[in-house]
Amino acid sequence: MDVAKTVDATGQKCPMPILMTAKAAKELSPGDVMLIIATDAGARSDVPAWVSQTGNELVESAEEGDVLKFYVRKK
Amino acid sequence: MTEGSAGSDEEKMTIIAFSGDLDKLWPVTILASTAAANGMDVTVFATFWGLFPLVKDGEKIGHDSMTKMMSGMNAPGFTKAKLSKMNMGGAGSSMMRKVAAKSNLLPPEDLFEMCLDMGVNVWPCQMTMDLLGIRADQMRPGLGQPAGAATALARMAKSEINLFI
Repeated sequence: MDVAKTVDATGQKCPMPILMTAKAAKELSPGDVMLIIATDAGARSDVPAWVSQTGNELVESAEEGDVLKFYVRKK
Repeated sequence: MTEGSAGSDEEKMTIIAFSGDLDKLWPVTILASTAAANGMDVTVFATFWGLFPLVKDGEKIGHDSMTKMMSGMNAPGFTKAKLSKMNMGGAGSSMMRKVAAKSNLLPPEDLFEMCLDMGVNVWPCQMTMDLLGIRADQMRPGLGQPAGAATALARMAKSEINLFI
């Protein structure tokens, strides 16, 4: 998967992972995929909630230990 | 005027920020910034004690001896905000700020700046400004026009989410 942009929110607490994600999404073109990396456990539900609220697409998510990864395609 | 985006079909959230307590400034700024990140059209109507954090640090407010005394007991500015519980003359607030910093939670003044960057409308309550002697030039930059209860209610009537914090 081609990743156009990576949002590294490692160590950031709510609401920063979402604010960083929203900011990055503004710089993407439709169809671009961004990778969001977070360690805040709240992001497990917050990122999918943001994706559905904003009409974007969650392509894939993964957990590696405490690290959460989300691939989101901009609509 | 203050209802600039009233015609848009975006979902709206309005927060009546009444308290001004440090621990309540977090939910105000976290919910407002996150709603803006979600693409919502967000307004914070700051009234009574909720107006104090929006005054620039170090400003002397009050238009007579009583209101000046009140601002002496309840200093304006984000950095002077007190905890609603366990404030202990400021020791509790300072401890809470340290705990927040240790856990990477941004202070409310930084979250507030992000709210403004993300287009959150902040409307100071005109009546509170007149009552407590707060001039527009004493408040932080980036705020909307001062407004009254009818403007806030018109906005709330169009909002899917309305909160009083």
